[in-house]
Amino acid sequence: MTDLQDLYQEIVMDHNWKPRNFHKMETPTCSSHGFNPFCGDTITVYASIAEEIITDVSFEAAGCSISKASASMMTEAVKGLTITDAKTVFSKFHELVTQTGNAYEDDASLGDLVVLAGVRAFPTRIKCATLSWHALKGALEDEDTVSTE
Amino acid sequence: MATQAASAQPSLDVARIREDFPILNRMVYGKPLVYLDNAATSQKPRSVIESLVDYYENYNANVHRGVHSLSMEATDAMEAARTKVAKFVGAETDECIIWTRNATESLNLVAHTWARAHVHEGDEIVTTPMEHHSNLVPWQELAIAKGAKLRFLPMTDEGTLDLTAVDSVISKRTKLVAVTQASNSLGTINPVEELAQAAHAHGAKILVDGAQSAPHMPVNVQDLGADFFAFSGHKMMGPTGIGALYTKREILDEMEPLLTGGEMVLQVTYEKASWADLPMRFEAGTPNIADAIAFGVATDYLNNLGMDNVRKHEESLTEYALERFSQIKEFTVFGPRSVELRGGIISFHNENLHPHDLGTYLDRQGIAIRTGHHCTMPLMGKLGVPATARASLYVYNTEAEIDCLIEAINGALRYFRNGS
Repeated sequence: MTDLQDLYQEIVMDHNWKPRNFHKMETPTCSSHGFNPFCGDTITVYASIAEEIITDVSFEAAGCSISKASASMMTEAVKGLTITDAKTVFSKFHELVTQTGNAYEDDASLGDLVVLAGVRAFPTRIKCATLSWHALKGALEDEDTVSTE
Repeated sequence: MATQAASAQPSLDVARIREDFPILNRMVYGKPLVYLDNAATSQKPRSVIESLVDYYENYNANVHRGVHSLSMEATDAMEAARTKVAKFVGAETDECIIWTRNATESLNLVAHTWARAHVHEGDEIVTTPMEHHSNLVPWQELAIAKGAKLRFLPMTDEGTLDLTAVDSVISKRTKLVAVTQASNSLGTINPVEELAQAAHAHGAKILVDGAQSAPHMPVNVQDLGADFFAFSGHKMMGPTGIGALYTKREILDEMEPLLTGGEMVLQVTYEKASWADLPMRFEAGTPNIADAIAFGVATDYLNNLGMDNVRKHEESLTEYALERFSQIKEFTVFGPRSVELRGGIISFHNENLHPHDLGTYLDRQGIAIRTGHHCTMPLMGKLGVPATARASLYVYNTEAEIDCLIEAINGALRYFRNGS
């Protein structure tokens, strides 16, 4: 039996109670709005990009502790990364929370995010953990679109 | 004193009722299941489950047109179920009951047949802010397609309809009033009779979403004045996949079918077809025979309990639950406080404890509730919350289970309490 503690680890709750980079960004390069129709959770992810590097990232959200903590950890994990590297981290994270026996549970590039591996045992909560990432991806891809115009 | 003592006796033996529901013996994470998600779907008594097995093991055959014994037995059983369901809601004749998949399909059937023919540009459809998406989206679609207007009866802060506005909202432009009898998010029971009178005074029809009322209280569609009444089998102890639409006979006679093909025709040439009699005109293709029969068995079970008794038990349980909830200051409970105005659906919210976190915590205690927007997204916006947690009761629930819920909610509050 998977314990509730596997989902709500101390570090997850710490990010929930004290989310990092939890504010609106006044002049972001790009932003995207995420919505989880299953539960009504909403999130807006803001990013500042300079020369393909995510120099700053922040978010605002109304959501459960998992979605908030995941967003908070995400901002710490991708700040300073190139867009390409951030997308790689997303795909690793996605695999971490959706597939058992994957190689990323000790992956340094995921930082604190590895504790969210526990969400695998709670299938209804996986979308909570990935919502912010989908919003980030949306923001980054809008940026691509804007830059090509 | 003796009279008082007698009236204080519970009218139903809930412990005995619980024995009829095999699933209530289930353990979840090592804890006895506390099933409080009845507004989503109810549990099924053994008699309903056995009727499904009985059909498939003993008289599985396609209905109508069959000359062999099994087909006749299946036809008789399905039509007997129609009679039971018709009686259960007080329909004037059996033919007024059309089998559907669920209440959603029943509502859509009205939208795509009667309403398509009778709602025109400039007409108005009146509904309420507390409708399930299933009694909102079909009318939005119709209004867009027809150039008609959707209007909403206002709602009080307590979550009841503001009846003072009825005369200004329902008018000669109104063609249809579409209203839920009991809200799946707030528990509110709406005064359908008054709304029916207002609708009829202006020549409009009234459609009642009975998905959350038929399972929990005595319903008589004729007393209500309902022109249409939609309900689902699975929320009232029947199987999933079977629902019904009641339509007043005189309206049904003039309604065109939605689906055409087998079973629903009288005569077919290569060029054209004529329609079968009611209700088969609306039941093209092989119907959901087994589940329709089991739906009938579910109404037997409920009739045996007595719907007055079911309602009484749930009123007293709701009163108990609301009282217990009032002791948890951290939560806002939505909907009317008076149990006379509401059913056993209790939506609650705490700003600092997201419904999803609470739902996951309660699940680990064996307690099943629902969290989310309950298919009433616009209502959630009106209440100013993204989602709520919802406990919904049925006749097999007990005060001990409410205690269990409250204790677990307090546990969750401690568990998720901000470390600061």
